Amino acid sequence: MNSHLPANRAETAFEDFKLPLLRDAAMVEANRCLFCSDAPCITACPTHIDIPQFIRKISTDNVHGSAKTIFESNILGMSCARVCPVEVLCVGACVYNEMEQPPIAIGKLQRYATDVAFAEGWKFFEAGKDTGKRVALIGAGPASLAAAHELRRLGHACTIFERKDTIGGLNASGVAPYKMKAERALAEAEWVLSIGGIDVRTGVNVGEQVSLASLEKDFDAVFVGAGLGADSSLGIPGEDLVGVQGAVAWIERMKLGKIDLSKVRHAVVIGGGNTAVDASRELRGLGVPSVIMLYRGAQDGMSGYAHEWSAAFSKGATAEWKAVATALTGTGHVQGVQCVRVDDNKKPIPGTEFALEADLVLMAIGQSKLGHMLDSLTGIRVERGRIMVDEHGYTGRPRWYAGGDCTNAGKEVVNAVAEGKIAAHAIDAAIMGITGIMGSKPASTGGKSHA
Amino acid sequence: MPDLSTNTGGIQSPNPFWLASAPPANSGRQIQRAFEAGWGGAVWKTLGVPIQNVSSRFAGHTIRGVQAAGFTNIELITDRPLETNLREIAETKRLFPKNPIIVSLMVETEAEWREIIKKSIDAGADGLELNFGCPHGMCERGMGSAVGQEPAVNERITGWAVKYSTVPVLVKLTPNVGNIVPHGLAARRGGAHGVSLINTIKSIIGVDIDRFIPLPRVGNLSTNGGYCGSAVKPIALHMVAALAREKEFGLPISGIGGISNWRDAVEFILLGSSTVQVATEVMLRGYNIVEDMKDGLHEYMRTHGFDRIDQMVGKAIPAYSDWGHLDMNYETVAKIDADKCIGCQLCVAACHDGAHQCIHPQQDTRVPHVDEAECVGCNLCQIVCPVPNCITMTPVDNGHSPASWNEFLHEGKTLRPKKGAH
Repeated sequence: MNSHLPANRAETAFEDFKLPLLRDAAMVEANRCLFCSDAPCITACPTHIDIPQFIRKISTDNVHGSAKTIFESNILGMSCARVCPVEVLCVGACVYNEMEQPPIAIGKLQRYATDVAFAEGWKFFEAGKDTGKRVALIGAGPASLAAAHELRRLGHACTIFERKDTIGGLNASGVAPYKMKAERALAEAEWVLSIGGIDVRTGVNVGEQVSLASLEKDFDAVFVGAGLGADSSLGIPGEDLVGVQGAVAWIERMKLGKIDLSKVRHAVVIGGGNTAVDASRELRGLGVPSVIMLYRGAQDGMSGYAHEWSAAFSKGATAEWKAVATALTGTGHVQGVQCVRVDDNKKPIPGTEFALEADLVLMAIGQSKLGHMLDSLTGIRVERGRIMVDEHGYTGRPRWYAGGDCTNAGKEVVNAVAEGKIAAHAIDAAIMGITGIMGSKPASTGGKSHA
Repeated sequence: MPDLSTNTGGIQSPNPFWLASAPPANSGRQIQRAFEAGWGGAVWKTLGVPIQNVSSRFAGHTIRGVQAAGFTNIELITDRPLETNLREIAETKRLFPKNPIIVSLMVETEAEWREIIKKSIDAGADGLELNFGCPHGMCERGMGSAVGQEPAVNERITGWAVKYSTVPVLVKLTPNVGNIVPHGLAARRGGAHGVSLINTIKSIIGVDIDRFIPLPRVGNLSTNGGYCGSAVKPIALHMVAALAREKEFGLPISGIGGISNWRDAVEFILLGSSTVQVATEVMLRGYNIVEDMKDGLHEYMRTHGFDRIDQMVGKAIPAYSDWGHLDMNYETVAKIDADKCIGCQLCVAACHDGAHQCIHPQQDTRVPHVDEAECVGCNLCQIVCPVPNCITMTPVDNGHSPASWNEFLHEGKTLRPKKGAH
């Protein structure tokens, strides 16, 4: 696997937009926490980290215990501290919001504890006693990493098949660089793997170099954490022009390599989700003078988070709401976008056509779904590319489980971690012959640990 | 892998954290939940002739915005029927056989002591704690601190309890005395297997300045309460240490008084406690605080090379001495790290107004200057400095060999010249 990234990657131009807390500031903030009973922040966290407990431990300078509490529930707790949309999760649920006081800076406190843990090189977990069982995992993103780590704690051998050369999935290749850069995601992935007994095979396409049949034959269970596929396209004229790119692919190049934006004056990002918002803010941050996000819906209907758009807007990105692209124009290289305004039903309004200048167009209208790679396996239901699973990550085909973006169609890292961990317990129950449940009750995601 | 288990006077506990005899240890269901949360043991809320309580019962002392940094109560011993408590003790022992239950007791006559001790032990008590400490209400009836303040009475009643008990007996001492040592020695003479201290401190926590009534207010009156919580920790630490260093004493100690986290617990252990009891912090935050206490203690032991609690008990006692033995020739001065200094000059104000006027502002920089010839090494600047490790109290080699006040008085040793005394 490739954990050596080139220096001077495009993403290194960005600074962290949220500053870390120093020890004293962390303790002051931690002391504000009310240590709520049945705390709403825990419920709001998909991995159910015992947030009041880890914060209390910071307040007593028990940073080791604090980090352990975090990682016990969320093994990618260091990156989640940076990339989670805490405003709509734990911080949004903090009771201080109810009294119109600033909520506890939970993300920053989690970052403080987990950063100390990494700086100190602390390890918290050991592999379980060898069960002799083997589990294959498809994809090396957050869902598979979390599942594999949990499976190792339960004593099962793991093999991860990753089609790319880099592990970490979108956590390494897709996170906005002002939140986290790729090397940190890779360092965390390596830390997760350091539990031992996880064989990672990069550059391997399941279905090509390794067949589904051979996985089923060689392993006791399979976890599919394949993520999403290539950026989708609109199917309008001009999408093959030079300068028209998929947003996810562009962000990956920006994070893992170098890109040349020196000739780009006008960029148009088509879409209204968080990828579109991130790409707009990143283009501004890399010095593109004009960045316009083109979205077919109204501002309050966008799937991108309002607080993220507000940050992008403050960095100089603008938007055309309720408008769609009808064609990309130019000879050889893209030069413009033909647009038309749409009504509330997204129907074009005749006579409202307009054009935008563009020497770079990023398509951020979603990614293809990879579920059809499993079409040949009876018992697995795939709907519009999504792999359908129950609450334990079970696909319906014995010994096949799935989680992360390939099942939820693209949520947060923290959702993938939660789903991977839940599936790991279900796999454990199934392959160890624990009857009565498709997957065991995921007790250890409840945020409780007893030393 | 450090072992948290402890033994206090023959009472074995899986970890040193006990619930003190107080509202968090009022009923079986509560104590069972506490054991589920990880508490090692519990001292059952004092049994005796059931009483009736008032409302309100508690009040907090707010310090710089920190609510209930000190705490008071005017609650008495248990108000529940004795048979209910005994039944729940038995039930809790059955459910949690490894977690010690120490039953706190407070009655008057020898016959009453004999009877309640038998019933408690029959119910499954692993130890008894004699409540000679309660400073409000019960003492007016000749019990609680009224006993703890009279060494002869303490010794006599302790003797009864030890005579009738088949399990270890701890005596809970009151801090409402001039010197704790005679009271600890009285318990020892009575045959106690250990002591627990401190009980609460007689106090008035505040006054309702609009109604002209002290707090907590019961209608139009109030009464003195028992002060506890984080603010009493320094008083408790001293009393624990005073007994731990007393050569004649030598009994195990269960430390109590303002213990809120693992760090407080470590301090009590280093000054001679083999278990610690907690009430106020549980009342303010719930049983789950014990998770941090246990794993903070565990991590402390691991990083400091302790395998067992008994290796820590009293570890700081040899360094607790009398003022007359301190080295008068040990000299420190404040050093300010100019690279770290943020120029707030809190140290200037503190030194000028509150200490010995040796830290001065300078013309061309916000970093103050320490006049080391005048600095007495008092620590005040370091205490107010908001930047970690910016001000360091640095030892000075003044050429004088160590000399204590006693050595100066009795052996004629030479003291260095005084500083800052002009």
